[in-house]
Amino acid sequence: MIDLVQNTIDGLMIGSSYGLLALGFTLIFGVMRRLNLSYGPSIMIGGYFGTVLYLQFGAGPLVVAVAVVVGAALAGLYVERLCFAPMKAGAAIASMVSSFAVWMQLEQAAILVLPRHTYAFPPLATGAPLEFGPFAVRIDHLVMLGCALGLAAAVQLLLYRTRFGLALRAIIGNPVAAHLVGVDVRTVMPLAFAGASAIGGVAGFLVLAVDQQVTPMFGMWATLKGLIAMMIGGLGSVPGAVLGGLLLGVIEVQSQWYFGPQIRDLAAYFVLFAVLALRPRGLVGSLSEASTQKA
Amino acid sequence: MDDYTIGVLSNIGVVSFVALSAYLLLLTGEISFGQQAFFAIGAYAAGIATALWGWPLALALAWGALSGGGAAVLVGIPTLRLHGLYFSIATLAFAEMVRILFELFRYQVEIDGELTGPSGAEGFRNIRYIFDHNIDAVQFLLLIYALLAAALLGFVLLERSRTGVAFRMIGEDATLAGLQGISVARHKVLAAGIAGALAGVGGGLYAHLTTYVEPRIFDVMLGVHSLAYGLIGGLGTAFGPLLGVLIDIGLLESIRALAGYRMIIFGGIVALLLIVRPRGLLDERTMHGIGNLWRRTLLRLRRPGPGPGPGPGPGPGP
Repeated sequence: MIDLVQNTIDGLMIGSSYGLLALGFTLIFGVMRRLNLSYGPSIMIGGYFGTVLYLQFGAGPLVVAVAVVVGAALAGLYVERLCFAPMKAGAAIASMVSSFAVWMQLEQAAILVLPRHTYAFPPLATGAPLEFGPFAVRIDHLVMLGCALGLAAAVQLLLYRTRFGLALRAIIGNPVAAHLVGVDVRTVMPLAFAGASAIGGVAGFLVLAVDQQVTPMFGMWATLKGLIAMMIGGLGSVPGAVLGGLLLGVIEVQSQWYFGPQIRDLAAYFVLFAVLALRPRGLVGSLSEASTQKA
Repeated sequence: MDDYTIGVLSNIGVVSFVALSAYLLLLTGEISFGQQAFFAIGAYAAGIATALWGWPLALALAWGALSGGGAAVLVGIPTLRLHGLYFSIATLAFAEMVRILFELFRYQVEIDGELTGPSGAEGFRNIRYIFDHNIDAVQFLLLIYALLAAALLGFVLLERSRTGVAFRMIGEDATLAGLQGISVARHKVLAAGIAGALAGVGGGLYAHLTTYVEPRIFDVMLGVHSLAYGLIGGLGTAFGPLLGVLIDIGLLESIRALAGYRMIIFGGIVALLLIVRPRGLLDERTMHGIGNLWRRTLLRLRRPGPGPGPGPGPGPGP
């Protein structure tokens, strides 16, 4: 019983980072209605940016965090300019494949800068875990959960309480209509894209700081985790993204504890497949009609 | 031909099967991230058939195709109502499940005093059929391309058949195709099955080409690559995905000087290409144009040309 609860706590902590990854993903998909496979690799570029500052100049966690977020946003903007902005309206598959090609670019660029397989990443908090009776919680995990919930709330407020959010929701609903009523679609889209990549950057920083290492494979990892959490929770929904992430985290930690690391991934994909086959709209459902349309 | 060229050509041929598999689903309007699963199933099934059961190669390849196709039909049914991203992610989830299951799959038999067979994550060694039967690399290369040519012929015939037209109609608009009296569900499952069988044959060839397979090979990267091949080469003809494979493996493998910058250049070229030609080099319009040109040339060859040239057929040769 103690194991079960402790695993659930750990799962929620880890899952909060998945939720953040899914949040950035879902925003990009909502606005673009296209899949950005380079989402994770953009975050990975941010991570490499931070690592270089850490290794070369001994930058502290805060500077590294800013560097990761800025790096991810810039890489995201590059992806948007190359793969999304110039594509014609009907060319959703081309955008997706193009973002895959850019993924290859970003991965190779990271390897050119730092050729070894793994590099150290600065830790966030090195103190002893907090103890609550029989249960223990890592401090960096708590920071992760706090950031995830805080950011998700901020995004929800931005979407429903500000003019920019209104413009975003208008575009998510119907880009042409949004343009007709005076939303500056050409400015809002790249901004939203960069912002969503920056949210991914925050998630990336937190995960890398907990792992204390970065590899080029992190890009694929982030894309997959974000994608799974987003689809489980329901495409285009902020609460759905967070819920999907938390659920994915709990499933992973529980199945790893009881059945081993291979079953961990198997269970995650099984739940994803089952959710899609039985309840394709995800557990929470979507922000608007937009995400129910063809990808 | 030296060994290196033969190796590259064999690789191109084998990977073309997965690319064709993903292309067939693209025709019906679905993006699959999971065709590598049927490639893997075909590889393991055919490898087990020759190495453990002592089957002849032809039967083993057919078994690989049957396993790949059968698995694809089984996945095709629960994913039938899914479209767009939902379908893509479901195929991705399935393919990753298959890969992890192969990491757990152990089935070893003692053959010639040696344990042979799939051994989880360590992979499946000693699929030695082509060595045991003195099939040299060139002969195997010819086998690969003979099967590939058969597959392409199948595609050409398919494009001229009612089924092929139905596939493209469903790809354009499934609802409209349904209203025209096409059984969308049956055609989708059929397309999934054929695509799975194609990938399965490719997998069987791959296993015997390399004599060794491991689950790691069949990851998402292979799936997304095979999808990208069709889109780079063009969605207008089955030669499109082949062109995509040729550009990626053939061209880039041969320019070794670019090592280190290869993916940066390739990624950039693909991204720019897709801006100009979002449906690939050989897209539907290009193929239509080539078809028209071909028909006009044929007509001119049949009639005596209007020009002063002597004899029939002064028109430009093909």
